[in-house]
Amino acid sequence: MFRRVRKMFVPSRHGGPRGRWSTPSSVSTGLMSGAVVVGAIASTLTPPGSLVAQTPNSGDPERGRSAYVSTCGGCHSIQQNRIGPRHKGLIGRQAGSESGYSYSKALREADFTWDEARLRRWLSNPRAMVPGTKMAVRVSDPQRRADIAAYLATQ
Amino acid sequence: MSRLVSSRRDAMRTAGLGTLSAGAFAVLAGAPTAAAAMQGVSSADVDTLNVALGLEHEGIAAYQIGAESGLLEGQVLSAAVLFQGHHKGHRDELVKVIQTLGGTPVEAKSTETYMEDLDIANTIKEPKDVLLLAQRLERGAAAAYLGIIPSLEGPDMKHLAARLAADESSHFAIISTVLGESIPAEPFIYG
Repeated sequence: MFRRVRKMFVPSRHGGPRGRWSTPSSVSTGLMSGAVVVGAIASTLTPPGSLVAQTPNSGDPERGRSAYVSTCGGCHSIQQNRIGPRHKGLIGRQAGSESGYSYSKALREADFTWDEARLRRWLSNPRAMVPGTKMAVRVSDPQRRADIAAYLATQ
Repeated sequence: MSRLVSSRRDAMRTAGLGTLSAGAFAVLAGAPTAAAAMQGVSSADVDTLNVALGLEHEGIAAYQIGAESGLLEGQVLSAAVLFQGHHKGHRDELVKVIQTLGGTPVEAKSTETYMEDLDIANTIKEPKDVLLLAQRLERGAAAAYLGIIPSLEGPDMKHLAARLAADESSHFAIISTVLGESIPAEPFIYG
């Protein structure tokens, strides 16, 4: 029985314009080699704000202060309720409980206390975590999320 | 007709994340051209646009406070008034879109409230302080509009957010130049 073997294009290992067509037996090797190259490039050239950065273990509060001002400062401040609630003492506070701020029903009824891990998750997609919340801003960069959470833990 | 529109609005609120039939709603609301272009919009999008509107209200108030402070003059004052005009244009567009989608546009707060929210009394002492406040708000607004794009469901709403972000980004860049700040060294200036 004739078995059709589909060839696949394997890019150059050195990132050059030339590649080669390969059968499946060598494709896996080629792809693995390619993955190693891509991984090596990513580990050395991953720019700030990259979506493919590794999930960080910890955030940096100093970087987080700057990220907070530029990313969150349109709507939030530490001391004052504005478009969004103030963030003084956020970590350890019951969700939706800052006095003087008009929360969505969804967040008022949310049953959790803010910690850094929850805050990171929240920043990645608030409406996936609490459907119905007014907060819609997503922070794509995991390191930036960790830094902001680390900064808010100091406030 | 008003009863039908009212019922539709109630249904939207109850439905939560339900996708609107923008074309059908356009007929009820009497604005077929505008709403028909807003396919795939959800009631969550309306909530998001209302938050954006709140941001624009605050920006307009901040420029008004700055212009009336007596701290700005000449070309800087003219630019501040021009930027405020852009924000008024954003406000008007957001109000129109929110109303077309059956939402209720959020109202602006009082000037006194904005003064308190932005801590004007303690932070604005000289011309540079006004510019720093405007710079901070413009940068934050640009980042906020970029950050809501993945959450918006309607393609036209995503485009609107991108257009708003572009304007705020321009304001931020111009104010930064006036302040004599160097160009940010890192990419992804808004996160």
